[in-house]
Amino acid sequence: MSVGPSTDPRAAAPGTTTPPRRRGTELAMLGFAVLITLAAQAVVDLTVTGGLRPELATFGGWFAGLWAVAHLVVRRFAPYADPLLLPSVALLVGLGLSVIHRLDLAAEQADRTSREDAPVQLVWATLGVLLFVAVLVVVRDHRLLSRYAYTLALVGLVLLAVPAVLPSSLSEVNGAKIWIRLAGFSIQPGEFAKICLIVFFAAYLVDKRDVLALASRRVVGLELPRARDLGPVLAAWVLSILVLVFERDLGSSLLLFGIFVVMLYTATERASWLLIGLVLFAGAALIAYQVFGHVRARVDVWLDPFAYRDGAGYQLVQSLFGLGTGGLFGAGLGGGRPDQVPVAKSDFIAAAIGEELGLFGLVAVIIVYLILVERGLRTSLIVRDAFGKLLAAGLAFAIAWQVFVVLGGVTGLLPLTGLTTPFLAYGGSSLVANFVLVALLVRISDAARRPAAPPAPPKPALGDAPTEVVQT
Amino acid sequence: MNAPLRRVAISVLVLFTLLIVNVNYIQVVRSDELRADPGNTRVLAEEYDRERGSIVVGGTEVAMSTATDDRLTYLRQYPQGPVYAPVTGYYSLVYGNSQVEQTENDLLSGTDARLFTRRIADLFTGRNPSGGDVVLTLDPTVQETAMAGLEGVTGAVVALDPSTGAVLGMASTPTYDPNQLSSHDPQAIRDYWAQLGAERPDPRLNRAIGDRYPPGSIFKVVVSAAALASGQYTPDTVIPAPQEFPLPQSTQTLENFGGSACSPSGEQSLIDALTISCNTAFAELGIALGEDRVRSMAEAFGIDGDGFDTPLPVQGSTIGDIQNDAQLATSSIGQQDVALTPLQAAMIASAVADDGRLMKPHLVAQLRAPDLSVIDETDPEELSRPVTPEVAQDLTRMMRSVVDEGSGRRARIPGVQVAGKTGTAQNAGPDHNWFIGFAPADDPEIAVAVFVANGGGTGGDVSAPIARQVMQAYLEGQGG
Repeated sequence: MSVGPSTDPRAAAPGTTTPPRRRGTELAMLGFAVLITLAAQAVVDLTVTGGLRPELATFGGWFAGLWAVAHLVVRRFAPYADPLLLPSVALLVGLGLSVIHRLDLAAEQADRTSREDAPVQLVWATLGVLLFVAVLVVVRDHRLLSRYAYTLALVGLVLLAVPAVLPSSLSEVNGAKIWIRLAGFSIQPGEFAKICLIVFFAAYLVDKRDVLALASRRVVGLELPRARDLGPVLAAWVLSILVLVFERDLGSSLLLFGIFVVMLYTATERASWLLIGLVLFAGAALIAYQVFGHVRARVDVWLDPFAYRDGAGYQLVQSLFGLGTGGLFGAGLGGGRPDQVPVAKSDFIAAAIGEELGLFGLVAVIIVYLILVERGLRTSLIVRDAFGKLLAAGLAFAIAWQVFVVLGGVTGLLPLTGLTTPFLAYGGSSLVANFVLVALLVRISDAARRPAAPPAPPKPALGDAPTEVVQT
Repeated sequence: MNAPLRRVAISVLVLFTLLIVNVNYIQVVRSDELRADPGNTRVLAEEYDRERGSIVVGGTEVAMSTATDDRLTYLRQYPQGPVYAPVTGYYSLVYGNSQVEQTENDLLSGTDARLFTRRIADLFTGRNPSGGDVVLTLDPTVQETAMAGLEGVTGAVVALDPSTGAVLGMASTPTYDPNQLSSHDPQAIRDYWAQLGAERPDPRLNRAIGDRYPPGSIFKVVVSAAALASGQYTPDTVIPAPQEFPLPQSTQTLENFGGSACSPSGEQSLIDALTISCNTAFAELGIALGEDRVRSMAEAFGIDGDGFDTPLPVQGSTIGDIQNDAQLATSSIGQQDVALTPLQAAMIASAVADDGRLMKPHLVAQLRAPDLSVIDETDPEELSRPVTPEVAQDLTRMMRSVVDEGSGRRARIPGVQVAGKTGTAQNAGPDHNWFIGFAPADDPEIAVAVFVANGGGTGGDVSAPIARQVMQAYLEGQGG
């Protein structure tokens, strides 16, 4: 995947084995992502309006500039970072901007709102890159984060709780009470809470994993944990249920619990935790189905969307129509009718992609996500410290789980949950928060791929010296 | 922690594989089903995004698409909706298309392969591809006169150009307003559809081609043709014409219209028998000729049970199964199981008019590309030659006699020789009234069939005047 000669003379030199940094690869892939984005934007303009819009050059410059800045910062502050993380994100963000622009044009044509959402999303992406830079510059070593684990837990809980406490007029959109709406801005604090809680989970589980891995007895080959160690998983379970009850947010509830259980399993290496998680989830799901109308409605629509085609199932049915009409190759960007699906820009952006770019386009997007996630998990595999391992695993799995739940919902594989598609969908909070998430992954991958410090010259009387972090 | 991490990574792979498999299932396996679902407006919206071609009659558009600022871009409009509805049909969001809108849909919508090279050009010039035009053979005067003549009754008129088979008029009543079925308001469409469906008879049926009826005495032209073609008869051959004809192997007798005698002597010439439409004479004539001659002559005129396309699909006309001489006798006066479409009736007149040549009726004169270049033209096509020119001349003479002196007097046009034949057919309700004919008899320019369902009078009273109006209007329009 590297550009230029693959035989690095430095690597060949005996004794000085510096692993390749692959920054050139990253730059080339970023250029590729920018090129695809610009091509997509041009195709949209040409198909829908018949000409290129004058602002396209400005957009192109701005968009390319964003990634140039991000790349330079990575080069300077995380030179060993995985070279595929940033380009994957760039491609997804660029594709998302193109589809959002395409839907802007559709709305203009239909003579409804002439609201320009794509430029707004570009501003959010800019803010995201700025935060990405800030995280890389400020957090020089991811292990420092574990010091603030409990603070972050508190912040996360507060962020999670705010919309539930606020009056509905300031927090409710389309039935979900997950927003903070102030002065024309609306943010979804849950997206940030997710990251804070993942950091906390990682720190907490690293700390407690020995205890949590203790087994009380074996049942059918499964080592069950001690009853008193069930506390943390029960706490996460209750937290998820509270989110479901007070914010009517099925997606975040499912997301948080899923992430916690998988991190717990990773930390303890005990499969029994997965089983316990599954049982707790099944219990909660069953009760939620019985008790909450909005959960029941979603499950009913999922089981037979066409029975509710004119009512609750309208959105999903339109999404399926779009996907089916798109077929293998799609209608081409600008050639379909993705605006027939309500809120296509945010929740259902995957349906728009499937309709206009076809099966090939949608599968390509899924594979880009897969690359992003698997690079994150690979980072987790090779990083040397336990906290970094768990944090990287949690962050990567968070993306995977969210993509699975959202795309599964849009394609009728799972009930709809109302989560956003990371990096693609319109929505500032989600985009900015996910930039922070990737910044953390980049930071950890830099540590993971950085060559081990050369063996220090033997020092006398080392035993009494305090352990210190070796900076290179 | 690496072992569980690997398992997590594999699980993620499994989850994403599930997503990909499911997307394949939806976008490939279920694609056709989802595309064709009536609730999926995408395919439809794409169709409405294109400017659909016009249907043109005599240089005027009788169906056209006009741009709107609706959700669906183009609206189908029919400026003289009810007059041309039997031919144009409708273009409905809810109920699909009918008639020419249906049979010529590929060209009108622009998907026809003959427009392919132009579509490629559109692709590069970024123009929205539009459909081609269908130019009909109809004559506006004939169509309007025919529809006006049928006002207030249930029936059909078909007018043909005998020398080419071009359909000059195709009227059917009651009619409807295709604009109301082609709007962009599904609820209004459904309401109007329900209203039409509740009407008896159904206005949506094109009676000229969509149903067949007992022809009564107009079928005597076919039997006359069989007699003349046999070589054993001339128009002046004297044949038996009793007051009553006892049907063979039956206790029933066949009578003339109103029970009257055809001639005091009980016999008369073939031409006189046709002129006054003598039932007993034709019943005996049919038996004397035998079933084979009658049937093969009917088939030569196109009455062979098979439908055909004009391109509008025409029901097959038939003389039915004939079991015995009694049935042959009643079939010979156009009763029993004989059933013709009004178009088929017009074809009989047309073949006699054109020296015994039967031309294939056609409705479409030209197909035009959006740039008005002609991409296809219908060439006149001969279907068969049921009779020789000599027999055709004899038949013309006999049919002129019908109009000049017989039951068809009300079809006379001052200064123009008209040939024709009336028909009054018994059925479950009041009698059907028919007239077929052509004019001018010596150099025919137009052949017509007029059918009035359950008119209750005679063909001469009810249908002949309508035929006269149609023929006269056309001949005057032609400067004749």
